[in-house]
Amino acid sequence: MGEIWSFVEVGPEGIEDVSLEIIGKAAELGAQSNTRTAAVLTGWGMEEIVKEVSRYPVDKVYYVEHSELAVYDPAKHAMALHQLVEREKPETVLFGATYNGVDIAARLAVRTGAGLIAHVTYLGIDPSDGRLIGHVPGFGGSIVAVCKFRPGVLQIATVRPGVFEKPSPTGREAEIQRFSPDLHPTDGWKIVERHVAKVVDITRAEKVVVAGMGTGGDLTLIKTLAEKMGAQLAVTRPLADLGLAPRDVQVGSTGVSLRSKIALILGVSGASHFVSGIRDVKTVISVNIDRNAPIFQFSDYCVEADLFKLVPRIVEELEKEGG
Amino acid sequence: MRRRVDEMDIVVCVKVVPKVEQVRFDPITKTVDRASAENELNDADKNAVEAALQLKDRHGGKVTVLSMGPPFFEPFLKLCVAMGADDAILLSDKAFAGADTYATSYVLAQAIKRLKPDIVLCGESTSDSGTSQVPPQIAEWLGYHNISYVSQISIEDRAVVAKRTVRGGYEVVKVPLPVVVSVELGSNTPRFPDFKRKRWAEREFKITVWTANDLELDLNLTGKTGSRTDVIELQSIAPPQRLRKFLEGSEEEKAKTIVKILKELKT
Ligand SMILES: Cc1cc2nc3c(=O)[nH]c(=O)nc-3n(C[C@H](O)[C@H](O)[C@H](O)COP(=O)(O)OP(=O)(O)OC[C@H]3O[C@@H](n4cnc5c(N)ncnc54)[C@H](O)[C@@H]3O)c2cc1C
Ligand SMILES: Nc1ncnc2c1ncn2[C@@H]1O[C@H](COP(=O)(O)O)[C@@H](O)[C@H]1O
Repeated sequence: MGEIWSFVEVGPEGIEDVSLEIIGKAAELGAQSNTRTAAVLTGWGMEEIVKEVSRYPVDKVYYVEHSELAVYDPAKHAMALHQLVEREKPETVLFGATYNGVDIAARLAVRTGAGLIAHVTYLGIDPSDGRLIGHVPGFGGSIVAVCKFRPGVLQIATVRPGVFEKPSPTGREAEIQRFSPDLHPTDGWKIVERHVAKVVDITRAEKVVVAGMGTGGDLTLIKTLAEKMGAQLAVTRPLADLGLAPRDVQVGSTGVSLRSKIALILGVSGASHFVSGIRDVKTVISVNIDRNAPIFQFSDYCVEADLFKLVPRIVEELEKEGG
Repeated sequence: MRRRVDEMDIVVCVKVVPKVEQVRFDPITKTVDRASAENELNDADKNAVEAALQLKDRHGGKVTVLSMGPPFFEPFLKLCVAMGADDAILLSDKAFAGADTYATSYVLAQAIKRLKPDIVLCGESTSDSGTSQVPPQIAEWLGYHNISYVSQISIEDRAVVAKRTVRGGYEVVKVPLPVVVSVELGSNTPRFPDFKRKRWAEREFKITVWTANDLELDLNLTGKTGSRTDVIELQSIAPPQRLRKFLEGSEEEKAKTIVKILKELKT
């Protein structure tokens, strides 16, 4: 039977978290169905990272190396992967649903005639026929479509970041297989500029303060509060659209989902695209000036107040507590 | 009129979706009652139309909106024409129904092949299924390049220069035409249709409808037959039970209570 592959992406800070998360999931699915697993990397000059990946729970690591793969270009990476798929005939390929992973997965699916289930929040095996099932949230996250692959097709799924647990290294090193794809130098992507800052992964933060448009776009006060609370700062989509905070800290169906113990939500109306991102928060405290704001339906503690008056008070109280 | 060298022939792919806030789920039949919700142009697709019109404003050329879907999409395509698109094509045929992203992207790609544009603009994702997969899949069928999550586009010497969102920030990439670009939701403000043009679009403009016969198609790759995946069930996710307890009292008392709740949670 064909292997289960995890496509591993490397960002400025090394292996992407979601890549480890899918490796963990693949290991689980592999154990359940008695299938071998492999991690796959595409790139150039990645020896160190490839070795690091081999220490995670995989049976094998494929390193697809070519100088044409040095720059992220979805067409080229999909072409290279396609050649390895032809040779090895895997059963399943998992990708992180990242800015790059989505493009490569989609292009690979067309090249190979594969099924593609996107942005899944759950993966399981149908015991009756061994085929993969994925859950895809739709309609702003209020409804889940249970999707299944047709028989006989390569199964490709992209996985929403922050959903599965990261595995620990195994203490041994899996076998590494190098593969040189047949790629000709062609005109493709050129990176003209890149501006990336270190990303805080708010999906795993214990405490989060979420700012909405009720802040009027000035986050100074909210940042002070977050600092005093030892919490991470998150925002709603309109604030990210305005460029006041990076997209990576935007909560909701088109952003990230929080799993924190507590979320203090300030000046957020509670649109369905937003609230799907706070479903897994243990305790939700919301502050809104409007007693009828929908967010209160999704909160444990509802505080009708003007945040500009209330937040300085909370900061004061926290200072009194000496923490 | 002589064609300017940098004139852009642009196709914008748009889809009509139910308003998310209005969609009702029937837990007995396990279906989404789309009829109970009003429909709208997918938000990100409005941004794609605006981006296309801005390119046309700058370079000249032609903007054609393209959609695969049932006839009720027509008034929404007319809305795009009212905004300023020059032409609208609806791909509508029973043979296209029930398609997953694979079969959807195939039919759209075959229509684009007929149109031979310089650039194809899509939305970053649709709000009903929201997979973001259709644009890169279209690109692969056509052998075009693709760039996703783009917030700014310009054209320089037959290449697209695009600012795209990536983890932790953005990058600017330069990619030779033809390219499929997916435009980031909220990256511009879609223009309002001008009153006269709107009236013209509604009363006089004729949408072109292409059926399976108008395209070069392998019908084994379209619609439900061509799909590689199936939705076997829909489930509604019940929102988690929340206390919904209102804190009363003065501002100071509310602040004290919040801090108390925060402290209790620590232990
Ligand atoms: C396809 C699609 C995807 C989307 N995805 C997301 C997503 O992932 N995440 C997301 O957040 N949004 C998303 N949105 C947008 C979403 O629909 C809402 O528009 C957005 O969540 C609203 O943000 P907000 O609550 O900050 O602002 P608003 O809706 O403007 O709410 C502001 C709130 O602040 C309150 N307020 C005002 N002044 C004060 C004050 N002084 N003190 C206290 N409260 C005050 C108001 O009463 C109001 O309730 C998406 C939209 C679309 C179409
Ligand atoms: N049926 C369709 N007709 C035209 N364009 C579509 C269709 N489905 C998807 N698209 C385009 O592809 C983008 C991404 O869709 P999706 O992959 O479904 O999230 C949309 O924003 C549209 O631009």
